[in-house]
Amino acid sequence: MSTAGVAKSVYEQIGGEPAMAAAVEVFYRKVLADDRISHFFEDVDMERQAAKQKAFLTMVTGGPSSYSGRDMRAGHAHLVKLGLNDMHFDAVVGHLKETLEELNVPAPLVQRVLTIAEGARADVLNR
Amino acid sequence: MAKVKHESRWYPLESGESVLDGLLRQGVSVPHSCRAGACQSCLMKAVGGAVPQAAQVGLKETLVAQGYFLACTCRPPEGTELEVAGAEALRVPARISSLSFLAPDVLRVRLVTDAPFDYRAGQYVSLVREDGLARSYSLASLPREDALELHVRVIPGGAMSGWLAAEAPLDQRVFLQGPAGSCFYVAGRPDQPLLLAGTGTGLAPLYGIVRDALEAGHTGPIWLFHGARTPAGLYLRDELRQLADRHPQLRYRPGVLAGGTRDIAEGPLDALIRAECPKPVGWRAWLCGDPQLVLSLRKKLFLAGLSLKDLHADSFLPSTPQVGASPAAAGAR
Repeated sequence: MSTAGVAKSVYEQIGGEPAMAAAVEVFYRKVLADDRISHFFEDVDMERQAAKQKAFLTMVTGGPSSYSGRDMRAGHAHLVKLGLNDMHFDAVVGHLKETLEELNVPAPLVQRVLTIAEGARADVLNR
Repeated sequence: MAKVKHESRWYPLESGESVLDGLLRQGVSVPHSCRAGACQSCLMKAVGGAVPQAAQVGLKETLVAQGYFLACTCRPPEGTELEVAGAEALRVPARISSLSFLAPDVLRVRLVTDAPFDYRAGQYVSLVREDGLARSYSLASLPREDALELHVRVIPGGAMSGWLAAEAPLDQRVFLQGPAGSCFYVAGRPDQPLLLAGTGTGLAPLYGIVRDALEAGHTGPIWLFHGARTPAGLYLRDELRQLADRHPQLRYRPGVLAGGTRDIAEGPLDALIRAECPKPVGWRAWLCGDPQLVLSLRKKLFLAGLSLKDLHADSFLPSTPQVGASPAAAGAR
């Protein structure tokens, strides 16, 4: 079914947990600075919010993740009620792409991450 | 229903009720202050039964291992039977060795403990009166100094601050519990630029941290911003000026919202910081005092490039009055 190159996750190829720790700060700054979506990421407890985003980055890079589609639905249901829609999802994906590019992740790997992220759209938006 | 045993009597808890609320509601006296899991005044010990993990967040490992937990964040699940005891064993007797005003509404309280009291400059303690009234305050002193020093904001009608300002005699016996908090200097990167910012008595931990860093031989630039509404609130100004004169790496920047002078900047503290430290990438920062300012500064500094792991924030939460008690009982660090 799979070749050795495909079997290895993007997560492993870009350096695992330390790479996620670096990526999460870059990514978190981008979403917080974006007025279209920052209100979804405001949290008095910035460490907790950063931990959530690190879990998200780990998931979309194919790293060890325990998120199920049902978790994604439940976790975002209250935000959908607040108006979370495709525009916001696209903005987050755009920041994800920029983050990976800034960290010099090769284009084919970025594309794989974006494909995984796209696969979460229906669950995140509760459709 | 969950229930809690305290001094040989069982107390039922309502669904979702915290151990603190349940005991207070049924007339048990438990020292407490912030009710938000921060000040650690309501520390208790579980002597039987299990406490939820959430009730031990932020506690030292040694305390967790002994079964200590925070009563205000302890909401046992249905069916739990929990036996608890107070944290008296952890309280250190102390006496008030000096009381003096640093500003019209800031009282300097010095305390001497009978036994050595281990802490890091910048941490906080709970001050417990003999009748159990407790409030948490940051330490402004250094561990090598003879006395512990607290800067107490005197609040009209404040239970603890009012007592300290008007009634407490010298040599008064009190108790200390703690220390707690991770707001302190860590040696190892002597050339890293440091940013310390606080409002009001938020200066207390910073006064400890800045002197600790200097004594540890910190050589990188150290910016100390202290904000107040008017110049009268900028206490320890002469001491800090002299400290900055002796240590060229220290830049002391007092700021006020109104009544600025040639030596005192006027304007919001965050604007002052942005003007002096526009790109704090790779810096370490400590933010203390007014919760709203601390939170907004934290976000701004993160967006300006400071890493979350280098950002230490210590919001001074006001104590929340007990349900049914007079609002005048409120106090704050």
